[in-house]
Amino acid sequence: MSGIPGQLKYSKEHEWVRLDGNLAYVGITDYAQESLGEVVFVEFPEVGEQLEADQEIANIESVKAASAIYNPIRGTVDSVNEELTDAPELINEDCYAHHLYILKDFDMSQFEQLLDASSYIEYLETL
Amino acid sequence: MKKCVLHDMFEQMDNVRMTKFGEFELPLHFSAGILQEHRAVREHAGLFDVSHMGRIRISGESACEYLDYLLTNDVRKMIDGQLIYSLMCYPDGTVVDDVILYRLDGKTFFMVLNSSNIEKDISWITLDNPHHEEAGLITVENLSESTSQFALQGPQSASILDTLGVDTSSIHRFSSLGSVSVSGVNVMISRNGYTGEDGFELYVDNKDAHHLYLSLLEAGRAFSLLPCGLGARDTLRLEARLPLYGHELSDEITPYEANLGIFVKTETTDFCGRTALLSQKEKGIERSLRGFEMIDQSVPRAGYKVFLQEELIGKVTSGMKSPTLGIFCGLMLITRSSNLKFNDSVEIEIHGKRKRAKVVKTPFYRRGGS
Repeated sequence: MSGIPGQLKYSKEHEWVRLDGNLAYVGITDYAQESLGEVVFVEFPEVGEQLEADQEIANIESVKAASAIYNPIRGTVDSVNEELTDAPELINEDCYAHHLYILKDFDMSQFEQLLDASSYIEYLETL
Repeated sequence: MKKCVLHDMFEQMDNVRMTKFGEFELPLHFSAGILQEHRAVREHAGLFDVSHMGRIRISGESACEYLDYLLTNDVRKMIDGQLIYSLMCYPDGTVVDDVILYRLDGKTFFMVLNSSNIEKDISWITLDNPHHEEAGLITVENLSESTSQFALQGPQSASILDTLGVDTSSIHRFSSLGSVSVSGVNVMISRNGYTGEDGFELYVDNKDAHHLYLSLLEAGRAFSLLPCGLGARDTLRLEARLPLYGHELSDEITPYEANLGIFVKTETTDFCGRTALLSQKEKGIERSLRGFEMIDQSVPRAGYKVFLQEELIGKVTSGMKSPTLGIFCGLMLITRSSNLKFNDSVEIEIHGKRKRAKVVKTPFYRRGGS
């Protein structure tokens, strides 16, 4: 398993969140992409859609199975990563460099409650 | 859990992903991944351990007649060494299993069964079918746990076997040789498979399984062969429109509905399910297995509902993103009254949303282009 980036926050559903100004980037962790296998399709939420925390939104499809993505914090979809439409395998190549979508007007207190890198690593050890 | 002989060796290999398949734990893919394994079989060669399949030997003076009654295809026409695909049906015409039958000699046959159906099939053949009182005259031996089965598939398969001293030019499609030496091991070989490519299946005693598998892997190295898992097996068979029991076939689906009528020989002798199938054909077959391709990009999966406008007309039996063609496609079992032509649109409900798909010709992939 490649390293867990220290500057990100993590959900127990294996999503990561990175803050950039007043935007929150959301992606899936290495654990998630490993479990999925080769990703062949990413289904995005709609831009402008308001998402609740833990709401099942996008779906990631690997060769063998579909896996639901749970939005980690409340917010509004600002944009989705169109690059993954043509090259979904980028998630397998580097899941931390390729976000799924970006949230604006997100809930900062929910962000604070996500796991930091060391807690996420501890959590992974319990699985 | 059941384990094939090579299970422990596979588990030790780098980056292998094991998966549960019925009662078995099998490699889903090896280090190359499903897409590369799929491509290797289409372009070069791939090696599958399919020992989880069931293998039985049926022998006796009346074995031919007995099997001819149990199977929809014509067993009486078979010659020594030949193999046929057939359905084994219940009296109501639905399917117990789809099998490959080998005629070894006039009194000895060998049958390959789906792994999840082994116990059910043996019970059907020996006890449960309407002619079971004649079962006393035949012997059924279950070889599933004492033998292994490998599939060497892809355009380079024959060349690989040739380097191991096999004269593959003497093994024609859908025929077998009972006793061939491959790398010093005694093997039964047949020319067939489940991928839409040229290929061979090899049957061997468990004691020689490791040696044979590793010899094939080693000989294949020069031909870019990859070890392949269940994932690629599934995408390969679906591109070639080969049915999978539990998806395109089941005890709720008849061979006619699955468009496998070519393997049902109603014009010859009686077989189990014949009356029901003739009657279905006469009354009109209500459902049909059709190929579709997604217009709206999304991955269709087995069980998803298919709609024509507001009417629910059936469901997806298998779906995927085709590794060879790059399209999202699959098979669906739908009502025939919808009378759909090629390129007509249907909608498939995927994660709660309707996505458009169109009816297309199958197989999706045909060897040598189509």
